[in-house]
Amino acid sequence: MAKKILTEYINVPGIDTFEVYRKHGGYTAVEKALKTMTPEEVVEEAKKSGVRGRGGAGFPMGMKWSFLAKPEGVPRYLVCNADESEPGTFKDHYLMKMIPHLLIEGMIVSSFALGANKSFIYVRGELMYVIRILERAIEEAKEKGFLGKNILGTGYDLELVVQPGGGAYICGEETALLESLEGKRGNPRNKPPFPAIKGLYQSPTVVNNVESISNMPWIINNGGDAYAAIGVGRSTGTKLISASGHIRKPGVYEIELGVSVDEFLNSDEYCGGVRDGHYLKALVAGGSSVPILPAHLITKTANGEDRLMTYESLSDGGFATGTMLGSGGFIVFDETSCIVRNTWNFSRFYHHESCGQCSPCREGTGWMEKVLHRLEHGHGSMHDIDLLVDISKKIEGNTICPLGDAAAWPVASAIRHFREEFEWHVTHPQEATRPGAVYMGSAALV
Amino acid sequence: MTEAPNTVAFTPERLAKAKEIIARYPEGRQKSALLPLLHLAQEQWGWVSPEVMDYVADLLSILPIEVYEVATFYTMFHLDPVGKHVIEYCRTGPCCLMGGEDVYGYLREKLGVEAGQTTADGKFTVKEVECLAACGWGPVFQIREKYYMNLTRERVDEIIDELSK
Ligand SMILES: Cc1cc2nc3c(=O)[nH]c(=O)nc-3n(C[C@H](O)[C@H](O)[C@H](O)COP(=O)(O)O)c2cc1C
Ligand code: SF4
Ligand code: FES
Repeated sequence: MAKKILTEYINVPGIDTFEVYRKHGGYTAVEKALKTMTPEEVVEEAKKSGVRGRGGAGFPMGMKWSFLAKPEGVPRYLVCNADESEPGTFKDHYLMKMIPHLLIEGMIVSSFALGANKSFIYVRGELMYVIRILERAIEEAKEKGFLGKNILGTGYDLELVVQPGGGAYICGEETALLESLEGKRGNPRNKPPFPAIKGLYQSPTVVNNVESISNMPWIINNGGDAYAAIGVGRSTGTKLISASGHIRKPGVYEIELGVSVDEFLNSDEYCGGVRDGHYLKALVAGGSSVPILPAHLITKTANGEDRLMTYESLSDGGFATGTMLGSGGFIVFDETSCIVRNTWNFSRFYHHESCGQCSPCREGTGWMEKVLHRLEHGHGSMHDIDLLVDISKKIEGNTICPLGDAAAWPVASAIRHFREEFEWHVTHPQEATRPGAVYMGSAALV
Repeated sequence: MTEAPNTVAFTPERLAKAKEIIARYPEGRQKSALLPLLHLAQEQWGWVSPEVMDYVADLLSILPIEVYEVATFYTMFHLDPVGKHVIEYCRTGPCCLMGGEDVYGYLREKLGVEAGQTTADGKFTVKEVECLAACGWGPVFQIREKYYMNLTRERVDEIIDELSK
């Protein structure tokens, strides 16, 4: 059995209550950290663990923590990013609703490490029912003396605030999130300054994903080295994967980093394979923002090696033949899926979610959506396909925040790997627009 | 259909809640309470009218424009009156792979509305939204705080019939 760090007790009845969570070892990391360790020692364990940010970018968490500025007399903040809006990603939603105390315990330990006395959990507003679950759990923890003033008599004070968003994917970008938390529109900030220097209320701030922070109780209890012993190379520990699309068993799975894509996709422990009677066409491995891969590049890299569920192996081959682990949104497409239609759908998403601050993103996403709509609906030309590539190149790297790249990559990769399918929409407009019609002749399908 | 409120004030319970929320933030940072208060307002009135936004501005001692620019940025706030039940369905890729387009088409047909419209009897408003972080359990829609997942035409019938009672 694969090691479970986050989900071992997730199905225990009543695990969302303090009592049951505590009975299964809950809050021992708070006792250990606050009573026997210094904040620096907690940061050190995070560093040793090698745990990388699980929100998408994969930046080492301990290293991020060590960049936090500590000017005298200025408060520092920890903000948990629970905005989870990347299409294909639903792991944080699942974790928070099933075992809310895990995140709260992680927040206490991490806030202690950073010297924060007020920390925030920013949850997308649509998940109001999860916000209520978290608030109830916070009340319980407070009653038991694990939150509030003078926690466990150690002299450490911490207040946790759960903040709702208002429906905006861009607020997952950390500086947009901070703007939103200040009661403003979610416009990403220009960097530098980075949040570690000037974040929330212009104070030094760390922003981390729900899953990243939820690893901390285990890391404190077992040590950073034990965490680093799981996984492969620089991909240490476990990762929650949100599996959706045409598979037999959609859901959230905790994997040890390093399991092969083939095993994850096909074994009954995880996705259980492509749904019955169908076969694999494409995969988006890390949420809608990462490049899509055609069937022949999914379980093997371009060199014919087994593709693993790690940051490194998934990106093997760069954008030519690889992709990214991203947020772990694993979306599986079988042969009934139209790549052009899905690409148009994703582009509509990015256009809708662009905050509009930079013209390449604001105009480019709208233009891509329009051209893709034209292609999908049988009014496109061959020139449109090149036009899309051209627009995507003009957006990439030319914007304030990475949403621009996130909008460009899915389009560029779909054309790179499924160009014939786009061309077929131009040469066979009538067939292509028949409901349910899908191009079946691509080399990628062989 | 929800009406424009003629006297704008939170109920005593919500006002107490609003004050508790405002007190969560550091001194002088009460503007951070804006999104939570807009949610509270929408909970009470069903949508946020200009009068409601002015009221919230007043509670937070900020300019009305600061509320308008925020309320119009975030998609969850209804800036026009809505039906009794607002059905917000996820139109994004993974839900569509699971048959979302068919199910949502069926929903609109059953209610006789297009996305963005309210039924003539004022019972239902249908809105299209982006990914709701429930992709493995799609197709999905949300009504107020409740998620309805793994939707099929039959489930849509059951849900609408139940809510129509
Ligand atoms: C458009 C956009 C959306 C993002 N959405 C999320 C999100 O929903 N959740 C998240 O944790 N990180 C998201 N991120 C990444 C954050 O900016 C940030 O890197 C992350 O929260 C840091 O936490 P981590 O290091 O623990 O991953 C997003 C980034 C971008 C550019
Ligand atoms: S890249 Fe797009 S979303 Fe990001 S700041 Fe620019 S316009 Fe806004
Ligand atoms: S795509 Fe519908 S919930 Fe994510």
